[in-house]
This record gives sequence, C-alpha cells and structure tokens, in this order.
Amino acid sequence: MLLLWELGGRAVTEYRLFLPSIIEVMGAGVQLLFSGDVARHFLVTLERFLTGYLIAAALGASLGVALGYFRLLHDLLGTVVELLRPMPSVAIIPVAILMLGIGDAMIVAVTVYASVWPILINTVDGVRHIEGALVDTGRTFGLNRRRILWQIILPAASPYIVTGLRIALSIALILVTTAEMVAGSKGLGFFILDQERSMNSSNMYAGVLIVAVLGYALNRLFVAIEARVMRWQHGMLNREAV
Amino acid sequence: MPILEVQGLSKSYRQAGGEVTLAIGSISCRVERSEFVSFVGPSGCGKTTLLMTIAGLLSPSAGRILVNGQEVDGPPRGLVLLFQEYNKSLFAWRTVLGNVRFGLEARGVHAAEAAERARALIELVGLAGFERHYPWELSGGMQQRVAIARALAYEPEVLLMDEPFGSLDALTRLELEDTLLRLWAELKTTIIFITHDIEEAIYLSDRIWLLSRRPSEIVEELPIDFPRPRHQVATRADAGFMALRNTIYRRISNPVAS
Amino acid sequence: MRPEKLSGIGFLFIALGLWEFAARKELVNPLLVPPLSRIVAVFWDLFSTGEMPLQIAVSMKRAALGYGLAGAVFISLGIVMGLSRPIHRALEVIVEMLRPVPPPVVIPVALLFFGLEDEMKVFVIFFSCAWPILLNTIDGVRRVDPVLLNTARTFRLRRLKTIWQVVLPAASPQIMTGLRVSLPIMLILVVISEMVGSTDGIGYFILDSQRRFRVAQMYAGMAALAILGYTLNQFFNLLHRRLLSWHWGMMRRNLE
Repeated sequence: MLLLWELGGRAVTEYRLFLPSIIEVMGAGVQLLFSGDVARHFLVTLERFLTGYLIAAALGASLGVALGYFRLLHDLLGTVVELLRPMPSVAIIPVAILMLGIGDAMIVAVTVYASVWPILINTVDGVRHIEGALVDTGRTFGLNRRRILWQIILPAASPYIVTGLRIALSIALILVTTAEMVAGSKGLGFFILDQERSMNSSNMYAGVLIVAVLGYALNRLFVAIEARVMRWQHGMLNREAV
Repeated sequence: MPILEVQGLSKSYRQAGGEVTLAIGSISCRVERSEFVSFVGPSGCGKTTLLMTIAGLLSPSAGRILVNGQEVDGPPRGLVLLFQEYNKSLFAWRTVLGNVRFGLEARGVHAAEAAERARALIELVGLAGFERHYPWELSGGMQQRVAIARALAYEPEVLLMDEPFGSLDALTRLELEDTLLRLWAELKTTIIFITHDIEEAIYLSDRIWLLSRRPSEIVEELPIDFPRPRHQVATRADAGFMALRNTIYRRISNPVAS
Repeated sequence: MRPEKLSGIGFLFIALGLWEFAARKELVNPLLVPPLSRIVAVFWDLFSTGEMPLQIAVSMKRAALGYGLAGAVFISLGIVMGLSRPIHRALEVIVEMLRPVPPPVVIPVALLFFGLEDEMKVFVIFFSCAWPILLNTIDGVRRVDPVLLNTARTFRLRRLKTIWQVVLPAASPQIMTGLRVSLPIMLILVVISEMVGSTDGIGYFILDSQRRFRVAQMYAGMAALAILGYTLNQFFNLLHRRLLSWHWGMMRRNLE
C-alpha cells in the first residue's frame, strides 16, 4: 500500500502539492525532528494534554464517586447532567476563548471539560453497580467511611473507571489538537494547520504522522499501565473465558 | 433401496493443539424409508459428529454416506438437520411465522403460498396463535416446536434430530415426544434421532443403535416391537419396556468391545 | 414522574434562577455570562427569523452526507472483511495505520484537497465515522453464531442468500451499535470542521458569535446544538426500534 502511495506520488507530479511521495514526507519529518521546530510544538501539545487529562481524571473520578454513592446528589444533578450531555464538548471552545482568551489556560480548560464526561459517567456507572454486599462487608468489619471509600468502593468500581479513562484518552488528544487549530499559536494542531496554510504539504503530513504516533504511543502506554494495575481483573476475566 | 446408507464411516479431527482425535471409529448401517431410528450412546461419543457428517456439514475421513443411492458431498437435498442448540438456530429477527416460512422459501415456494402453508404447519405443531411472536418470547419447548415446524416446512425426506429434547423439563419432553410421533405418523418422514435418554429412544423408535464410547462404533442393533401408536402410560408400562431399558443401560454403562 | 426526576428538575430550575439573578445583579460579568432571559430572547429571535434553522440545515446536510457515505461504504467493506479472512488480512494494515489518527487532525489535509467547500466537511466526517462503523460491522459479521450458518447450510442456502438472509440480520445489532457510536462523532466533527474552515454552519455560527462579542447569541447557538444532539439521539432510537424491533424487545427483556 505504501508502495502505491510512493509510486503515485512520483508519477503524478502535478499533484505533488497534495500528495507528496512518502520519501518526501519522511525526509521532511526527519528534518523537522532534527531542527527542533516540531519538538517545541510537540512538547507544548503533550504538556497541555497531560495537564488536561490528569485534572479531568481527578475531577471526573471524584465527582463520579460522589454522584454514584450519594443518591441525593445524583438525583439533584441528574437532570442537569442529562441536559448537558448531548451538547458536543467542542462547542465549549468559543466560551472558553471568551473567558480565558487564547492560550494554555483555554486549551487545558476545554480539554478538562470534554474529558471529564466519559470519566464521570463511567465512574458513576461503576459505583452504582457495586454489589451492596461489598459495602456491607466493609461495614461489618467496622470500617469507617473513608476506608470504605478507598478500600472497597474505588477498587470495585475501577474496571468502569478505567473504561472511562481510556475513552477520555482519545477525547483529550482530540480536544487539544482541535483547540490548537481553532485558536492557537503553538502546538501540533496549530502546526499542522499552519503548514497547510503555507502549502507545505510534506510538513503537514509529517505533523499528522507525529500526532498519530503520539496517539498510538499513549494508547499503548495506557494499556501497559492498566495491565499492571488491574492484574486482578485480568486474571478473573481469563478464568471466565476458560 | 434404503433411503439412507452409511458405509464404513470414520471421522477424525485435528485439535487446536495439533493432536488428532478419532471421533467415529467405523459405523455402517441402513435406514429404510419412513423409519424412526435412534442412536443412543454415552456423552461425548461423537453422536453429533455422526449426524453432522450424515447431513453433509462435515466430510467423512473414511467411508461414505448414500442418500437415495447418491453419495453425500455437501448438504444433500431432501435432508435437514435439527441442531441441538435450537434456540441459537432460530432466526431471532423473524417471527414464528417468518421462521417457518424460511423453510418453505428455501424450497422455492413463493410468498403467498408460503404464508398459508406455514400457518398450517404452525398449527400442526401446536403453536396456533403464536405466529406473530418472536423466538425470545417463547419457552424452550415452544422454540423447539418452531424449529421442527421450520424443518418440516422444507418437506425433507429425512429429518435428523440432535438431542432435540435434552434441555427441556420432563413434562415438556413427554409432550413433545408425542407431538413428534403424531407428526411422523402423518407426514411419514424418515427420522434419525439422537438421544442419551434410553427410555425416550425406546418410546419413539422402530430400531435403536447403541454406540460405544469414542471412537464410536455400533455396539448393538435393537429392534423395538412395541405396537404403534405408542402411549406414554401403556407402552411404558409394558413389562418388556423396562427389561429392554435395563438391557440397554447395562450395555452402555459397561460397553463390550465389538 | 419519578420522585428522583422531580428533585433533579427542581434543582435545575433553582440553578437557572440563580443564573438569571447573578447575571442581572452583575455578580458575574454579564458580558461573559448574560442573563438567561436574554439568551432565551435571542434564541427565539434567531429561530423565528429562520437564521438558526438555516445554519442547522447547512450543517446537517454536510453531516448527513458524510455519515451516510461512511455507512454505505464501511458497512459493505465490513461485511466483506468479516467474511473473507484473506481480504481482512490484506486491509488490516491500512486500517490499523489510519485508525490512530485523531479525526480533527485530518481537517488540514481535507482543506488541502477540498478547500473550504462542503466536500471538506463531508470528507472529514466520512473519515472519522469510518472506524466505529467498520470495526463493529466486522465484529458483528464474525460473531454470527456458527449454528446459524450451519442452519443455512442444512437448508442448502446459496452463498449470497446466506449473507443477505442470515449473516446481515444476525450482525445487524452490532452494525447498529457502530452507527450509534458514530453519531456523536459526526456531530462533533461537523462542528470542529466548521470552526476551523467554514463560512457557515452552526459551528461557524457559534465561533463567529464569539468573535463579534455577540455573547447571548453564542450561548443560544450552543443550546441549539445541545437540542440538536438530543433530537438526533431520539431519532436514532426511534429508527432502531423500528428497524430492529426484534432486537429491541430482546434487549428490554434482558434488562429486566
């Protein structure tokens, strides 16, 4: 397939602008890497991503546990949540620009907003699905509220929380790059768009490639960490499958 | 000419690990038209494999199968297999009527006629009134009836049944046994039945073949002479019934190498 | 109405009331957070003059095209790939290479090829919706119970008929899942693509309102978007219930 691209790129020279050959893209990519241009953008994007994602994780998980555990809270906020859900998170970008201008704060804010949703919803789901017996066991053993939370609720709900975190991973990357495209002056999203505007297609494709690789790497990292932390669940799942 | 003839059938599998299992050692038998015959054997002896091979869904490792004198190579015409997991074989997206119509459509019967004949069949198996229901809405016994109706809609000469009543409760099972006999008497289809329930086999069949453990072979052939129509109380109360059952039980529990 | 919903709605009204109060009393900057009543007024205005519906229609046209194309192409491809191992193996590499690309990143590429035209947005949506639809279709086809396939065989159904009468219906719940998952993706991407490269559509409208500091209008646009999202969901559910009524019934029974 790559061969086709390469051949196509070389053969159809007038379309060179649109679909440069692989070699050119690679060449541009390597050049960029070494020149340090892209590295700057890359780090900016990565930093924003991590900040946004981690804040969302903490916020989403804690809010999710609260909503899942306290019936009252869940009922009160339920309607509001249901009303906000159908709105695509990206629509929040203009509001964020209005309130925070264009810059890191705005980008991190929208990332947090968008990423919180899957984490929140899945955490609530997980907490609500906890068998009553588990919490009662904790009570029987005289555990206080805080210990029940840490030692029973969180571990039991963790598979669901992890699902939410996984979904949020892709969402966060999408939001960071989008925000950078809509209103940014640095970052990979901005870079790719900028290269397109300057008709620098090889660089643009190289940028796309870098983002794809980043996304892929983050995913693998997540899977690896998850396998470690959730070893107990994997064992359970494997046994069921037998 | 016998409607079905199995000649020296043998079937082996290659397992996932690479080892080869011999499921069927060597089986030869003949079935005459409109007979009701059963294979009885311990679990895992390859009964399902046998039926699947006769149905043309698996190919024999050795030996051959003749239906109406023609060698079987792929699903033969005029023969239908009813699977053990009947609930999985029914089409969840079709109603009872739709499922039965499928059997007719598969034979090439056109829409209008198909609907009418399907209704007749549904009534025949005792499910009148349930035409518009979906399979998931029915009990196990009713689902089995749908599967039977669908198979009969195809008007097969030979019907193969793989432990059809195994997962049903005792009462439903007896009910369906009688339904099946009624259908068989009326339609005169040849039926080849597999079961691990000895009494069921005796109750239903003209002849029984006992299968050994894997690799399976026919240990013994037993004609069943009880008068027809069979009756759940009268036939089973016959002194010979229990005697036969005990004989078979002993043979299966301690199979003598043939 | 269930009691839990009642308290939720009650809370909602209290929150809305607080918003109105805070904005009017200038507890929050009314430039950033205008009173609710103003937003509602602007919303009503936009709707009655037909401007909002126009923008929505423009966006929906693009979205529907992209989504429809993605469905047609990738369901077919998914069936082929699900049924044929060699084809699946051949194409798998391409799929795995293209999948990790975050959809918005494709926008500049699309801009390059299509400029600011509708085609750009259609392409972006087409690309983004591809993977859930494709992968779910392949999975659905693969997971068709062998008993069903054997049933088709014992009735001597030919290959094409088997696919049409057995494989497709059996896989349809999962295909539906793929389509359902792609729905919000479609909405998100139409908004993004309009924000980045467009001169009309609801996404552009919201961003443009922000740029012109027509704040109430911006919020109105966001509300319209939320309503749109909700409506699409309901519509999809309706379709699901109609087309796959058999599955709907099965699912509800399992939930009980």
